[in-house]
Amino acid sequence: MVLEIKNLHANINGKEILKGINLSINKGEIHAIMGPNGSGKSTLSSVLVGNPAFEVTEGEVIYEGKDLLELSPEDRSREGIFLSFQYPVEIPGVSMVNFMRAAVNEHRKYKNLEPISATDFLKLMREKRDIVEMDSKLAGRSVNEGFSGGEKKRNEIFQMAMLEPKLAILDETDSGLDIDALRVVANGVNTLRTPENATIVITHYQRLLDYIKPDVVHVLYNGRIVKTGGPELSLELEEKGYDWLKEEV
Amino acid sequence: MKAEQQYIDLFTQYEDLIRSHSSGILNRPRTEAFNDFERLGFPSVEHEDYKYTDVAQAFAPDYGINLKRIDIPVNPYDVFCCDVPNLSTALYFIVNDSFYDKAEPHVKLPEGVYAGGLKAFTEAYPEVAGRYYGKAAACSHDGIIALNTMLIQDGFVIYVPEGVVVERPIQLVNIFRSDVDTMANRRILVIMGARSQAKLLVCDHSMDDVKFLSTQVVEIFAGQESRFDFYDLEESSESTTRFASFHVKQEASSNVLVNGITLNNGLTRNNYYIELNGEYAESTLCGMSILDMEQQVDTYSHIIHAVPNCTSNELFKNVLNDRSVGAFSGRILVKEGAQKTTAYQTNRNLLATREARMYSKPQLEIYADDVKCSHGMTTGQLDEDALFYLQSRGIPKEEARMMLSVAFTADVVDNVRLERLKERLHNLVEKRFRGELAQCAGCRGCK
Repeated sequence: MVLEIKNLHANINGKEILKGINLSINKGEIHAIMGPNGSGKSTLSSVLVGNPAFEVTEGEVIYEGKDLLELSPEDRSREGIFLSFQYPVEIPGVSMVNFMRAAVNEHRKYKNLEPISATDFLKLMREKRDIVEMDSKLAGRSVNEGFSGGEKKRNEIFQMAMLEPKLAILDETDSGLDIDALRVVANGVNTLRTPENATIVITHYQRLLDYIKPDVVHVLYNGRIVKTGGPELSLELEEKGYDWLKEEV
Repeated sequence: MKAEQQYIDLFTQYEDLIRSHSSGILNRPRTEAFNDFERLGFPSVEHEDYKYTDVAQAFAPDYGINLKRIDIPVNPYDVFCCDVPNLSTALYFIVNDSFYDKAEPHVKLPEGVYAGGLKAFTEAYPEVAGRYYGKAAACSHDGIIALNTMLIQDGFVIYVPEGVVVERPIQLVNIFRSDVDTMANRRILVIMGARSQAKLLVCDHSMDDVKFLSTQVVEIFAGQESRFDFYDLEESSESTTRFASFHVKQEASSNVLVNGITLNNGLTRNNYYIELNGEYAESTLCGMSILDMEQQVDTYSHIIHAVPNCTSNELFKNVLNDRSVGAFSGRILVKEGAQKTTAYQTNRNLLATREARMYSKPQLEIYADDVKCSHGMTTGQLDEDALFYLQSRGIPKEEARMMLSVAFTADVVDNVRLERLKERLHNLVEKRFRGELAQCAGCRGCK
């Protein structure tokens, strides 16, 4: 098992958002987490990567046999967790190249590997850029600065490709994407998929799931997972909306 | 006893000695400067522009001044390792307050260009020197300039005649070297003829742990269509105090860049006075400081748009750690009739601790109605979201902080129009943030 979440509760500014999440994810699986706005989807992803704005009040998260909540955000990354942010931050003055070199080398250091050589690094950048069809010019620019919505999301998947996570969490990666960009991003995710890693796709709509086929679909509502099913569940939600579920709950 | 008294006494007692070691041009304004100094004294903290820097206190201790012009015992060309190597500059030295003339750089500057000691220059070119020396830095309302002018015995000059382009950057290294607390009065005069071009890098170093105090007066005359870059890199010590004033007079279509970077210091006050006196002149004034412990940088600037169609761009950034203090006062005056003026001013500051203090005051006075002027000031902390974003990719928090701090000051360094110097400065800034520049690298190389 890659990830096991048990009875997870979390607050932001004293307000409880997650009210007891239980979730297990195995290697090679893609899990979709769907749900209406404000149900706690983004909070869940934030808590998993250790965003200090959120406070875990109860429960535990076991990742690859380790207590995930004990790890710093940087160690979670080095252990193989990756979040594709819903709103990637613009960081003027930090170039993509320097950012990625620092990140890749921190990952390598964690594995007791030497820093990557300049030529290998450039090769790696090129290779991974192709996966998301990213313009080479973007790599020379500051992190996300002046990127369009679609470019930012591509850049997230590019970083994911560079860091080769064991568990990737895609938080609303489809929001703000036109259909072409969506296809590119989804294609990137599918290319990176192996039997050894797992993916959580957080989304509001079925749209992305046409391209990234989930094995399991969960519905998050009011801080809890209220329904779990196969891929057909997402289609049902697409057709009927969330209201019937709310009533059921 | 007032802080001024010891300097008044000193001058009264040693005036003849000072005069005898100096030149006619340098001696000419001396008496008047003395009278001005007696009248003005040091600016008081009650003066709005000196609220955050106690000048009298800085000048109160008893510093030694090399009035007798004792020879510099070492050849700086042999012992000094520059922090900005591989620039292949034409390199000159001022040790304390004396121009080192026993050796010369191994490079040749174009015909007619003078780079060297001020005293020698005033003797060789009395006519040119007389026309410019002291003409931008007035003693009549600044006690520190008056003090500098009354005590000055030497300095550094760049004179580039009309139409001459100096490709090779010129570098002046100011070295403080002494076993006793020492004061140095330093002076730089830059005369750029019409359509001439040059670049000057000045580096301040303190090689000993005693207390140093300097007054530095820089006068820059930029003729029509001339282009001049002035890079001022301060890497002194915590026990070094400097009062610098930069006076730039620009004629039509000239382009002057002044970039002042403080990587290490004790107490620094920089006054920048830019006068745009000819149409289509362009001025870039920028600077940054990285401060920790009790370090202080107080920046005052006054840009005057006297005629139409000029552009000024001002950018200052400060990163403050520990209990350091920063101040920025940026005055821009657009005179009546100076239409089509473009003037931008930005001051951004990063406070890394609760104890650090930053005082910022933009001040725009605009008496023309067809202008583009703006100013922006922010003082705050590092962007937490950006910090977390970097961490979430495996970069440790401290490293992420460093990257963001370096990024914060990147645009000041990016203003450097000398590619190799720019790279080197980016590198030095990063080292400084990593704490690897606690002492000036030049000193380490020497000892």
